[in-house]
Order: sequence, then structure tokens, then C-alpha cells
Amino acid sequence: MMRLPWFDYRAPRTLSEAARILAGEGPNAALIAGGTDLLPNMKRRQSAPKVLVSLRRIPELKRNGAVLGAGITLTEIVRKPELPRGLRQAAAQVATVHLRNMGTIGGNLCLDTRCNYYNQNYEWRKAIDFCLKKDGDICWVATASKRCVAMSSTDCAPALLALGARVTLVSANGERELPLEELYNNDGIDYLHRRPDEILTEVHCANAPSTYWKLRRRGAFDFPVLGVAAALIDGSARLALGAVASRPFLVAKANDFLRGKQLTDDVIDEAGRIAASRAKPMDNADLDLYWRKEVTAAFVAYALRELRGDDLRETRSRIARYEPA
Amino acid sequence: MNVVGKPRRRVDGRAKVTGQTRFADDFALPRMVHLKLLRSPHAHALIESLDVARAQAHPGVHLVLTGKDFPVTFGILPVTQDEYALAPEHVRYVGDPVAGVVARDEQTATEALDLIEVRYRPLEPIATPEEALAKPEPRIHAYGERGNIHRLQAFQFGDADAAIAASDHVFEDIFFYEGNTHLPIEQHACVAALDADGKLTLWSSTQVPHYVHRALARVLRMPASQIRVIATPNGGGFGGKTDICNHELVAAKAALVLGRPVKICLNREEVFYMHRGRHPVLMKFRTGVTKDGKLTGMHLQTLVDGGAYGSYGVASTFYTGALQTVTYELPRYQFEAARVFTNKPPCGPKRGHGTPQPRYGQEIQLDKIAERLDKDPAELRLAMLAKPNSLTANWLRIGSIGLEQCIKTVVERSDWKNRYRKLPQGRGLGLACGAYLCGAGLPIYWNKMPQSGVQLLLDRSGQVTLFCGATEIGQGSDDVLAAIVSEVLGIDPYEVRCVTGDTGMTPVDLGSYSSRVTLMAGNAAIQAAQKLKSMLAEAAAEDLEVAPERISFANGRVSFESHSLTFAEAVVLAEAKFGTLGAVGSYSPPRAPGKYKGAGVGPSPAYSYTACVVEAQVDPRTGWITIPKIWIAHDIGRTINPVLARGQVEGSVYMGLSEALMEEQVFRRLPPKLSRALVHKMPSLLEYKSITSLEMPEMDTVLIEDPDPNGPFGAKEVGQGPLLPVPPAVANAIYDAVGVRIDEIPITPDKVMRALEKKAKGEAPRVGPERFPDVPYPQPLIVPPAWEGGDGSEVKRHDAAAVV
Ligand SMILES: Cc1cc2nc3c(=O)[nH]c(=O)nc-3n(C[C@H](O)[C@H](O)[C@H](O)COP(=O)(O)OP(=O)(O)OC[C@H]3O[C@@H](n4cnc5c(N)ncnc54)[C@H](O)[C@@H]3O)c2cc1C
Ligand code: SF4
Repeated sequence: MMRLPWFDYRAPRTLSEAARILAGEGPNAALIAGGTDLLPNMKRRQSAPKVLVSLRRIPELKRNGAVLGAGITLTEIVRKPELPRGLRQAAAQVATVHLRNMGTIGGNLCLDTRCNYYNQNYEWRKAIDFCLKKDGDICWVATASKRCVAMSSTDCAPALLALGARVTLVSANGERELPLEELYNNDGIDYLHRRPDEILTEVHCANAPSTYWKLRRRGAFDFPVLGVAAALIDGSARLALGAVASRPFLVAKANDFLRGKQLTDDVIDEAGRIAASRAKPMDNADLDLYWRKEVTAAFVAYALRELRGDDLRETRSRIARYEPA
Repeated sequence: MNVVGKPRRRVDGRAKVTGQTRFADDFALPRMVHLKLLRSPHAHALIESLDVARAQAHPGVHLVLTGKDFPVTFGILPVTQDEYALAPEHVRYVGDPVAGVVARDEQTATEALDLIEVRYRPLEPIATPEEALAKPEPRIHAYGERGNIHRLQAFQFGDADAAIAASDHVFEDIFFYEGNTHLPIEQHACVAALDADGKLTLWSSTQVPHYVHRALARVLRMPASQIRVIATPNGGGFGGKTDICNHELVAAKAALVLGRPVKICLNREEVFYMHRGRHPVLMKFRTGVTKDGKLTGMHLQTLVDGGAYGSYGVASTFYTGALQTVTYELPRYQFEAARVFTNKPPCGPKRGHGTPQPRYGQEIQLDKIAERLDKDPAELRLAMLAKPNSLTANWLRIGSIGLEQCIKTVVERSDWKNRYRKLPQGRGLGLACGAYLCGAGLPIYWNKMPQSGVQLLLDRSGQVTLFCGATEIGQGSDDVLAAIVSEVLGIDPYEVRCVTGDTGMTPVDLGSYSSRVTLMAGNAAIQAAQKLKSMLAEAAAEDLEVAPERISFANGRVSFESHSLTFAEAVVLAEAKFGTLGAVGSYSPPRAPGKYKGAGVGPSPAYSYTACVVEAQVDPRTGWITIPKIWIAHDIGRTINPVLARGQVEGSVYMGLSEALMEEQVFRRLPPKLSRALVHKMPSLLEYKSITSLEMPEMDTVLIEDPDPNGPFGAKEVGQGPLLPVPPAVANAIYDAVGVRIDEIPITPDKVMRALEKKAKGEAPRVGPERFPDVPYPQPLIVPPAWEGGDGSEVKRHDAAAVV
């Protein structure tokens, strides 16, 4: 069995205490919520923080009203019909039942970026002499690149981006609220505009008609290799993409095009074309890269057609292999 | 029959579902310490120096072993003893073990691995078969045919090329079947310990305790009588635990040195390195067909990617051609094969051992033939079926063959006649067949002893204990043995206690591989049970005052008409009459008719047959594939326990479908200018894609019973054969759905899309290998079929013409 490295474990009971520990420990510490991303990464020695600061005992993070606490689990999201459909569809397609029971929305939004050269254990990475993201000095996906192009792989982020969500970050020095979009940075290593001493505490998101479509090999538990979120905001459809760059992003060009338009078949096709041109999948995830790019337009069309009210249950069950949320 | 054929809970079912079965990893012994292996980070390298001083000094470390401690090689086949427990100087794949650290716990052992200093001199890795053919240097092994070619085989059973040339139609197709691995949920694990007498015991999740026993004696240079190997129930095997494993040898050695129990559990990544899975095979079929759809001859060439060691490879290579003849009448057959070494984990046997690959090609080619001849693929096959009790061109003896009924069953149940070629665009049906061995005719090391032995002990309480070397790997071998014995003795199967897979307690059975256990151990069990039965009958007859032949055994009673004894009463009478009651039975397969060099691979006491129809749905916009339903009929001869038999069929379908759609054991070569790395692309359960229950289609399973005289109660195998038709049936169904041919495995949506795009452009709507490289096959061994005057031996080339 792969074993965890040694670490100290802290379980504060208030947010301010957590923020204080984090400020004191500096980059030696890592936050742990459900641990479903962090612990496997630690087993593979992608990180070996000296101190883990658990968020599980902090009641403030469990708020489950109009504002979502970062500690709400994905299962709780799926089971809450008042939440936007797109978010629930996204949460329902994350990982497996067990992982959703543990995994939180905060952890999902802060999920590490993924790459086939990186999500490997220590011995494997040693065999390729490591890479930029950890312990090495070259990016094997794009050998000429100075930047790591690992993929953002969170499902909930695109759904929340399309819905125009905002998040709150708290540190020992205060708190700030920002549009979710601004949390992300298109860099596989520094993928969040979050300071190491900040804790993501809340997600603010109004309800709106929305959908989320996910491409992955298997409906049971794979990470996305493409996520398409659509939401209807102020009468216009809005698209966000996931898993095609180092950050999830609102597709500005497509959204400009969609503004004020009826979702006719032609409009949907054109939006698909524009969105697909913004997708930059890399050869570091499952399935053929060119194919992934090619089918982006089809997935955009599924999302927009479902948004306008088409019945896509048959298609969804063929792709997801089951009916999520 | 009272037991055979009745659906029952398996005898070990309760222990399994209540979590009480003890797998190897469940063993914890007092003073036990833990082993971890240091593995090569290089695909190909020489070890220049290896310094273990720092690891040895690490607190908590008890022992560090290296290649120096293992001067003797091993290998599963006597002809390829090419592995070391720990590589002394030459590492051949990323993951090749070079040192073992034993420490107080796994964590400490893992830490110490990093303290071992190894200096390697990297060599150029050989990544593909094409490279292996092109580059004789650097050599991966000093033995073999030449360069990096491990094995060449060539046979001509009648002049196939001449027959093909004279045919109305000639079909030439190249196919590729990607390698894949077994994926048992239980990772390999073992515990080695000395018993109170100083003898060595190894508990291991192995399918072949007998072979491990022999290898331990060889490598540790100890008398076999001082070693006991106990196969713990396997949490799945599928062929992945049929080889001798490095960790078994190192753990055993460490236990001997330390005098303490030593445990190791491989992690998932290490299981991918242990591998011994499906060989990637490139194949070329040239087949001649008459205008009314009869085969005239087939010329099959295969190129087999062996990975870094021999393993079962020589046999696997024979199997890429041995069974092409047992399904359809084939008057002439030429088969050439080559296995090459590459710097990747060694390939070996996986469910279907070497035969699913050519079966994939053959069944797709038949689909193409049917289309060209404008025949229904089912009718085409039905008109050319091999005959029962016949000899094939390559001298295999076929006994029973229930393939006709299998085909008719799936055709009828899938409403084939009304739906094939008639479904709307995007939906299609595909048909394919297959056949498999019921046990390899020969053991893997030459000997004249039985392949399987069973010993029964009858206690005066009426208790029946069965001893047999067969190993329970989840397939239900204990249940089959209990069922057979209880059928003969007229008792309840749950009364039989099975002691199996223990070289210290049980008579030899060669192991759970090649679908041999039900037939071979089953026959041995019948023999033993029958001996006891006649003793019981004789004793009971005396008591009931009738002739022994008139005594019957059923429902726990031994009776003549209305007079009866309980089974235990009969046992008491028999023990009083004969003394302590016990009996043995054993089984040796019939002699195979082929006598040529190489005739040892392919013969079997019986062959099982399967036919399958797959329904596929393909999204023309994305190539996305869905399999809504599969109909399968398997000729099992006789079903011992239908619950288990269906489980095996459905498990095989699962595995076949997973290989068809997703699985691939593939490797990543980093840009050669920058790196020599050649690594497994995704050695994890998450990223090595295999289908899950969500992808499983609805299944319609039918067991066809056409009892074979060589099988126990007529039973044939069911563990492997049903896998074979699934991948080609998927490919054929996709063709029916959207008109594209995917001539390689796995069939992924991107390949379907590429073929659809070619189709739209008016190009050949096919994705698959384009060329077959030049392979230096030797002159074939010429073995005329029986109908051309042959006697099963090879003839020299110059007198070939005279015989024909
Ligand atoms: C087999 C498997 C499949 C998976 N499939 C998917 C998938 O399909 N889609 C998907 O999106 N995810 C997937 N995941 C990843 C993961 O399970 C989910 O993203 C989950 O929501 C993460 O939440 P967590 O609470 O467990 O995060 P943790 O593991 O606890 O944390 C993840 C990261 O976020 C940081 N973090 C956590 N909470 C906060 C906070 N409040 N403020 C600041 N930083 C924080 C942690 O320090 C850590 O770096 C999968 C994981 C596994 C093991
Ligand atoms: S994208 Fe490049 S640098 Fe980033 S994890 Fe992958 S290989 Fe490493």
C-alpha cells in the first residue's frame, strides 16, 4: 500500500483559529477539507506538508442556506433541490458516491490541476526525471513551454462560473469577496489567486436555469476531460468551459455572441464553433486530444439545447451512463 | 442428478460475503516484518554499483537483499529461465526489482528504499516490436533466436498458399490487438515464515502453488520437501498470478535469513509492473474462400510483443495460431509467429491466453467475407462448422462441439434475422464465435505424471474431506470439486470440506490456469469418489443383503429400495470392513494425435465453444459508443453449478467488453533527444481505463449442454472461452451501426470518428494497422494434415510433395 508521509494534524474549531494557524505555519501547512484530493496527492508525494489544518470541525464552513459554506459536501449539494441545476449536475458527476460524501465544494474549487505526467507516484515521476510542476525542470507535455499546462479538473467551478458565483476568502488579516473567475489563474502550478494564508469560506450563487455536461470515459468516477456549463443570466445564455486549460473560464467570445440571442439551432451551432475554438486540450489527459477538441462543439450544443428546454435525457444517459441530478 | 446442474450458493460463499475469507493480506503473524522492493527507474540499463549501507543503517531496517543474494535464475517455462529474483546487473523495464528492504513496517521499508544508492549505465530502450526487429543491439537478452527476437515459429499444415491462390476470393487483412492487463482487485501479496521445525511456508495469492514450490526450491537451493506453498484464496487472478513472482522469492529468502515472518503486498502500480498480461499482437490473415463461402486455406502471421522476459511467452506465441482451426473447417493452414523482447513489463497469459487476439482478426475477417459474398454472417459460419470427433489440419482432436446450437441460440434470441443490417443508422448488431481449451494437454515441464490428483478422506462421522492442489481464485473450483464428490456419494455439497492449493497437504494439481481445473481435477475427484462409493456400496450391500450394484446413493442416504442407511452409517460399516477409508484419483489428458515439434500447444481433452451477438449504438457526431445488450450462448458440455457458470460467462463478457472498448497497457516514450524514459502510461486503477458496472449492457446468457465424453459428467470449461467472441462481435456491430471497420483493439470513440471522417471523404472507412513488417520467419515445419496422408509428424521439405 502507498503510505502517507508523516505530518502534524491540527483541527481548529473556529475559522479565526484556523486562519491564525495558517498564518503562523506559512507554506509548511496545507488545508484539508474532505482530503479526497489532498491525501492521494500526498501518498504520491506530490506534496508533503508538515502540518495539515483540518476544516472539518469549523461550524462556519457548514453554512447551508442562500450562501454555501466551503465545507458543504458534494452529496449535500446534490441533495438540495433549491440549488441551481447546473451546479447539482456538476457535483453529481464528481468522482464516486464515497468521495462525494467526503469531498467538499471548497476542496473542489481549490482542486489541484491534473496531468498524466504528474498524477503518478514518486517512483514513476523519478523514472521520467520529474517535471516543472514538481521537482523537475521541464514540461513533458510541451517541452518548449516555460509554463506548466496541467489541466484544471474541477467540475463545479465551470458550473459556478456560468452562474456568476462569487467567493469569500478569509485570512488572519481580513476577508475579501471576489468573482469566482478571479480566483483562477491560467497556470498549472500557480492555478489559484489565493494567498497561502487564505481560506475559502463561502460561495455566493443565485439560482438560475443552468446545465452542466461532462465528457469523461466512464460515468462511474472519472475526472472531466471536458466540462461545459451553461446558464441563463438576464435572458442570455452564458458558457463556461472546464478541463481544457489550466483554469476554468467563461468563454467571452461565445458569450458576447450569445448575448440577447434566442437559442435557435443555428445560434447553438455557432456558439459551439466559437467555444470549441477556445478549448485548448493538451495531451496530458485521457482520450485522444484532437477528438476531445472536436467534440467540444457537440457538448456545447447539448448544454445549450438542454438549457432551452430540449429533452436530452436519452443523450445524457448514453454519455453519463446514468441520470445525474 | 441431485447436485450437478442445480443452482446453488457456492460452498465458500458464506465466508466470502461475511468477510471471513482470509486473503494473503489478511495474514498477520507474531514478529512479522515487512518487505518493499526497490525497482529500476530505467527501462534498460546496466547496474554499475549498488550501495546499501545507508539503507541498512536506517533505524528499523532488518535486512537488505540484492541480486548477489540470488545467483540462480528462474522462469515459469523450463526453456526460459531468464529472470532473477533481484536483477544483479541488467535491468530490463521500469519496475524491474533490484533490491529488497525488510523493515519493521512498510513505511520504514519505503523510506529506506530511497537510501539505496544505485548507479546505472542507461542503455537504449527498445520500445516496440518494430524497433526490436530493426535493432539487434542493445540486446535485451543474450539468448533467443537472434538480436531481440525471442522466438520464431513456422508451420505449414498443407500448402495453404497454393490453396489460397486457387480460391475464388482472397482476403488479406491486418489487425492489431493492444496489450492489456488482468486487473484483479486483490493485489499480489504473500507472507513467508519458518514453522516450528524450521521449514519454510509461503502463503501467497498465486494461481500456481505447485510451480511456485518448484521455483522456490530451485532459487533458494533447498530441498522441496522443506518448503510448503499455500495458495490463499485469490481475489481474482485471470492469469496474473500464474507466474513465479519476484516478491515471493525475495520474501521467502528474507524469512529464511531473519527467521521471522516477512510480508509484502504489492501496490497497484507494482501489479502493473508484474503484469504477465495480454501480449500486444499484430497479425496478418490471408484467407482463401470459395464462391459459396467455404474456407480453402488460411495463412496467419503474428508478431508478438513479449516485453522484457520470457514468462509464458513461448506458449503464448503458439497460442496466437493454435486454435484457429477448431471452429470452422479449414483444409490447409500455415502459421508463422514471432515473439520479440521489448523493455516493458513481461507479457504472459491473460484469460484466453494468446487466443483472443487472432480470434479478433478471424471473426472480423469472416464478417468481411460474408459481406463480400452477400451472405448472412451466421449462415456463413453455420455452413462451415468443424465437425464433432474430427481432426483439424494442425492435428487437434475435437470431441463435442456445440457451436451450431450456440449460434442458432443467439441468432434467435437477438431477433438477428429481422434486425441485422436493418436497424436505423447508428445502431447495429454484430456476431462472433470462439473456442477455448479445457486444460492444456501438456504440463509446462515435461513429465509423465498426472496433471491433477484428488485425495478423499472419509471419517467415521460421515465427514468427507477433499484434498486437491487446485487453487480457488474466485472461479469456484472448491465448489465444483465439492459438487462432483457429493454427486457421486449422494450427499450434500456443504458436507464436503475442501482443503486445496497447499503443497504441504494436497496432491499436486498444476494450478488454476488454461481452464483445466473442472475437467482435470473434476475427473480426478470422480475417480476418487467412485472408489469410495464402491467400498461403501459393498459394506452397505452386506448389511442390506443385496448385491452392491443395486445400492443407490442420494440425499445423504445409501439405499436399496425402501431400505436405507444414513451416509454415516454406511461409512461406519465400510470402515469396519476395510479399515480407515480414503481414496485417491488422478487425471492425465489423452495423448494428442500431433507428434511434430510444437504439437504440444493446442491439444486439450475438450474444447468449449461460444457465440455472441452484440448490439451497439454509435453517435455519428462524436463516435461515442454504447453497448445496450449482449446475447451469449456458451457450450459448457454440462453445467455443474449454473450460478457459478453464469458468473463466469458474465465475467468474461465484462472483461472482453472492457478490452474491446477501453483497456490498454501502453507505454510512453519521452522525446528521445531529451530522455531515455519509457514508462507505463497510466499504472493506476483510475487512469488505466476499464469498464465499470455502469457500462455493462443487459445480458442474455444461455448455457448450451452438449456433454463431452472427456469431461466430468460431460462438463467443459466456462472461465475463459466466453471472452473470445466479445471483442470481434463489438467491432462487427459497430460496422453494422455506422459502416466503419475498426481493425484494432481498443475501439475508442476517436477511432470511430476518424473512420467516419474517412468515410465522409470517400476513403476506405477503416482504422487499423496499415502494414505488417518484414519478419524473418524460418522455413516452416511441414506437417501434412491427415487428409493429405500425414501421420501427425513433420516431414522434411523435400519429401513434402510426395506425401501430398
Ligand atoms: C478517484 C477520484 C475521482 C475524482 N473525480 C473527480 C471529478 O470527476 N471531478 C472533480 O471535480 N473532482 C474529482 N475528484 C477530486 C475530489 O474528490 C473532489 O474535487 C473533491 O470535491 C475535493 O474536495 P475535498 O474536500 O476532498 O478537498 P481536499 O482534498 O480536502 O482539498 C483539495 C485542495 O483544496 C484545498 N482546500 C480545501 N478546502 C479549502 C478551503 N476551504 N480553502 C482553501 N483551500 C482549500 C486543499 O488544501 C487542497 O489543496 C476525484 C478524486 C478521486 C480520488
Ligand atoms: S503540464 Fe508539464 S509541467 Fe505541468 S504537470 Fe504536466 S508535464 Fe509537468
